[in-house]
Amino acid sequence: MATRVGVVLFPGTNCEHDAVHALAGLGADAELVWHGATALGAYDALVLPGGFAHGDYLRPGAIARFSPVMESVATFAAAGGPVIGICNGFQVLTEAGLLPGALQKNRGLRFVCTTVQVRVERDDTALTDGVAPGTELAIPINHFEGNYTCDAATLAQLRDEERVVLRYVDNPNGSIDDIAGVCNAGRNVVGLMPHPERASDPLLGSVDGSVLLRALLRTAGAATPAA
Amino acid sequence: MASTRQFSVQVEVLLRDGIADPQGATIERALPALGLDGVSAVRAGKSFRFDLAATDDADAMAQATVVADRLLANPVIEESVVTVRPVDTPA
Repeated sequence: MATRVGVVLFPGTNCEHDAVHALAGLGADAELVWHGATALGAYDALVLPGGFAHGDYLRPGAIARFSPVMESVATFAAAGGPVIGICNGFQVLTEAGLLPGALQKNRGLRFVCTTVQVRVERDDTALTDGVAPGTELAIPINHFEGNYTCDAATLAQLRDEERVVLRYVDNPNGSIDDIAGVCNAGRNVVGLMPHPERASDPLLGSVDGSVLLRALLRTAGAATPAA
Repeated sequence: MASTRQFSVQVEVLLRDGIADPQGATIERALPALGLDGVSAVRAGKSFRFDLAATDDADAMAQATVVADRLLANPVIEESVVTVRPVDTPA
């Protein structure tokens, strides 16, 4: 049976169909989940895609955190279910407290929209399972608030616990320690600013994002309860 | 239930010390063009105002602080200053 992935749709999300298309192209049974939904038991993995949830009012992710679905996302994550936040989804996960740190405005107040090289640092997270550390991937970024930051103690903890999942090869936005993606202590919740779904077809100029999405589907398949 | 009265609240949200404030820095760099060379320490932030019902000053401050800390400011990068004052309501 195909791996079932729920792609969470908030008002203002705009990358949900890209995510569903990319995941379906890899054999997943992917479908949209409205932010008012609270029953997520049917899914093997969840993706919070990019966009502007709730208009990014106040701060990106600040209002989305209160959407009804988020309590169920937290429960799903606490049970070990894979949860991926892409771009705005990463911002939502930090605001919800499911990932540490925050995404502030890019260095120099520059909006960036380009393809960057990111280096996989760990092969033991929901998004990078089985991907050799050191692997470099060409994946687009498209954000204004992607400058990852956290306090010194949190950064030390992320390093000690090897929770920096992805780093930029050439830092495009001022992120501390070149961080492009981090995971939680359980390694099943991963947030990243690059958009793997936009690098999932030769027509798009890169298929490197599929490396990460395939890893997610592997993790989700392995995490599926036997029942 | 204890009687309540209206309070007016102002919450100012600024980036924490140590967090780069490129807006503030850019504004500061623009000021010499106005002939003002002595302006320093410019910081850009947000201001919020709202009313709330509370039993007394302490209750109003407690409620307003929840709003500030749990929604208006992200404590990872921002700090907030809360000001509360009672609203004079016509008898």
